Amino acid sequence: MNKPIRRVSVFCLVLVLALMIRVNYVQGVQASSLDKNTNNKRGLIEAYSYPRGQIIVGGKPVTKDIEVDGNTYKYKRGYTDGPVYAPVTGFSSQVYGSNLLENVENPILSGNDSRLFIRNTLDLITGKPKQGGDVVTTIDPKVQTAAYNAFTSAGKKGAAVALDPTTGAILGLVSVPSYDPSSIAGSDNQAAWTSLNADKSQPMLNRALRQTYPPGSTFKLVTSAAALENGVITDINAKTDSPDPYTLPQTSTKLVNEAGDNCLNVSMNDALKVSCNTVFAKIGDEVGNDKMAAEAAKFGFNSSSLTIPVGVTKSNYDTAINRPSNALSSIGQFDTRATPLQMAMVAAAIANNGTLMKPYLVAQERSANLDVIDTTKPTVLSQATTPQVAQEIQTMMVNVVQNGTGTPAQISGATVGGKTGTAQHGENNSDNPYAWFVSYAKMGDKQVAVAVVVEDSNAQRDEISGSGLAAPIAKKMMEAALGK
Amino acid sequence: MTAPAARGRVPRGTGTGTATIMPQGAPNRRNTELVLLVFAVLIPLFAYADTGLAMDGRIPAGTLEYGLGMGLFALLAHLAVRRFAPYADPLMLPIAALLNGLGLVFIWRLDKARQLARNYPAAQNQLIWTGLGIALFIGVMVLLKDHRLLQRYTYIAGLVALVLLAIPAFMPARASDFGAKIWIHVGSFSIQPGEFVKIVLPVFFAGYLMAKRDALALASRRFLGLYLPRGRDLGPIIAVWLLSLLILVFETDLGTSLLFFGVFVIMLYVATERTSWILFGLLMAGLGFWAVATTESHVQSRITDWLHPLTAAPNGGGVGQIGQSLFALGAGGVLGTGLGQGHSWLIGFAAKSDFILGTIGEELGLAGLMALFLLYALLFERGLRTALAARDPFGKLLAVGLSGAFALQVFIVAGGVTGTIPLTGMTLPFMAQGGSSVITNWALIAILLKISDVARRPAPAPETATEPTQVLGPS
Repeated sequence: MNKPIRRVSVFCLVLVLALMIRVNYVQGVQASSLDKNTNNKRGLIEAYSYPRGQIIVGGKPVTKDIEVDGNTYKYKRGYTDGPVYAPVTGFSSQVYGSNLLENVENPILSGNDSRLFIRNTLDLITGKPKQGGDVVTTIDPKVQTAAYNAFTSAGKKGAAVALDPTTGAILGLVSVPSYDPSSIAGSDNQAAWTSLNADKSQPMLNRALRQTYPPGSTFKLVTSAAALENGVITDINAKTDSPDPYTLPQTSTKLVNEAGDNCLNVSMNDALKVSCNTVFAKIGDEVGNDKMAAEAAKFGFNSSSLTIPVGVTKSNYDTAINRPSNALSSIGQFDTRATPLQMAMVAAAIANNGTLMKPYLVAQERSANLDVIDTTKPTVLSQATTPQVAQEIQTMMVNVVQNGTGTPAQISGATVGGKTGTAQHGENNSDNPYAWFVSYAKMGDKQVAVAVVVEDSNAQRDEISGSGLAAPIAKKMMEAALGK
Repeated sequence: MTAPAARGRVPRGTGTGTATIMPQGAPNRRNTELVLLVFAVLIPLFAYADTGLAMDGRIPAGTLEYGLGMGLFALLAHLAVRRFAPYADPLMLPIAALLNGLGLVFIWRLDKARQLARNYPAAQNQLIWTGLGIALFIGVMVLLKDHRLLQRYTYIAGLVALVLLAIPAFMPARASDFGAKIWIHVGSFSIQPGEFVKIVLPVFFAGYLMAKRDALALASRRFLGLYLPRGRDLGPIIAVWLLSLLILVFETDLGTSLLFFGVFVIMLYVATERTSWILFGLLMAGLGFWAVATTESHVQSRITDWLHPLTAAPNGGGVGQIGQSLFALGAGGVLGTGLGQGHSWLIGFAAKSDFILGTIGEELGLAGLMALFLLYALLFERGLRTALAARDPFGKLLAVGLSGAFALQVFIVAGGVTGTIPLTGMTLPFMAQGGSSVITNWALIAILLKISDVARRPAPAPETATEPTQVLGPS
């Protein structure tokens, strides 16, 4: 019987060998992919086992780490003034992941960034508990709260962005309605999460960065730049030989202006002041689709690669479209779409004499012991237009605020230029239009560029214009930024 | 003529034709066992202290008592072996003690995981069961004078096995048992009769095959190079096969079913030395498994879980137990997180019993698991070595059956937890929480030690114990 016994023992050894090969495979080869599996809670347990770094606005953290007596996690993320800063911080949830800065800056906030390697190693040796680093934002809390309060006190939905035109630093980033990220940070917030996602007003949508709107008349700023740069218009005060109504090229469709506006054969300066659709459609047609698209691209349209470092949704100006479509596109209708940040970039580039600075939200990254790891240096994103053209558009924008549709944005002691917009949407333009206001202000050595969009307002159609709804909000933001 | 007393084997062919041996002449390796037992007690003791330091920052209260208790258990077992099975294999007891001790540490560690839902302290119970297991071990040592006595109870053993296997099928199912009906519940107390059958059934098989092996081996026809058994000789294997299928269908217990059929085929093969029985066994196992797998939803879901362990349940339910077990193994990596520092409580239900290997893999890593598998391999290979050395066919068959059952059980449960094979409800011998399992395995080791005592005892037993005895050598 010994021969079969020997074979049985070899067989049993083979069984053990199979187990050994299997555990080698699982623990050696598969280990890292198993660790990364989204259903594996170990990563989160580790991430919430020590205090996360803070996101800092105006020298004060807007985030905090709350020690909870939870079974699974030691800490939970909390937010001060959560709804105000939610479009900046995003959320960090024990169940639903994270987004915006909480997500993009996770390496620093979690303290796992490779640049913190030496610090972490030293801490490990000296037995210091692990702690995440801080992210210092460019947000000016005065601008941010001014914009948020302006929206909420008026009971409006929409978004607003304020930039420093000279650096690209984002001073305000507001989206309303908002939500409190604290409400979904814990492990037992399913009800809050479900109701936030089911809410038709989309409180978790970051309208400033992730929602595009038809820019309407505010896009006429880009059209003006294209016309001046390409020699279609050489003098902003010369007559443009434009009819009213204007028949779209190659069609019999007549384009009209708002009742009462004098748009027949006016100059571009006057046309911008009262926002003549007919004049700018004609100018856009004369510039042509290729050059219009090229101009829009220089201001940042049609680029999906912009990160601040949070990713920004692409704004669109159609390329390779026919003449009537291009004429409509150049007054911000048809398929032209822009994020509020994009329109703030347009204003900023004009205010900064044609140089478009790359917008950025993070000023500094710091380790837990306040060592600066990285400071963002302002960089030029593109030369949107020439200084001369930019200055001519500034003149026109100042004219809008002083004599035209933008008068509610006037700030005493400051140079303010702006452009209103009322973009139509919905089937046959049946829905309430979006009200836009895009502007810049300069006072002393301080500058600010702002874009505000108010969406789906309940006000009367013909009263809605950027001037009535959006300009007052923009004015409050600019005042806050200028320190008035 | 008197030769000097010789230690070791009887010198042969020394020219004189005679030799003398002392009664205590053959090395019995009891001192080796004692030294190894010291390690088998100390290693879990250090693991216990380490776990406490990692989890609470201090050496756990009762470390001394735990050490003394385990030391006492080991010492009593050792003394019993020294007195009643002096020539027994020196490795099996220390390995069993080490596995049992480490198992206690891991169960205690999981008791401390406050995240485990409905976490009743289990380490104390397990310690009590370990004591009972050691008592049973000593009982077998004292009462079982010779393993061949078991041969008398062949058919009684068969009957007992049948009853033990059948009982759970007639017990009301409990939701908490998660599909498998393998427990007998008496109040708050539950036992797993399938565990005891692991000993009783090999006794029956060994006795039965002893009687029938000639008929099964010789009366056969040759076909395509294989010896085909006669139709009427197929009776027993078909009976065991049907029994296995009945367990599978009525108790939905894939593991037990696989274990018993596997043990039977192994013992049949050893008894008859006919490879054809293996082929028959595999064929029937495959056929039966296929038939049940296509009809039983419980078995089907086990297979699905095995093929797709990382598929998450809908509405955020996360992955199943095998997925969590794989996560635990992955988190352990090569060197492990260290005792008390893993998160294997995420496995949830049965983390201390069937899935304890997940905790070991996470906290001791690949290195720990490899060492553990080597210990198991060493243990059952010593059992098979005993089978080789045994001189009586019953002893050989019984040793093969017990060791084979042990090896198969390790493979079935470890394979299930690591995702090597579909998961079946089984306990990892000596390590997993479970009273039935612990005492059965101690009894199993005791019987193997008894067989090995007889097998390793110097062949010509001296008549008198005090004087040198003259033995006639070959001329």
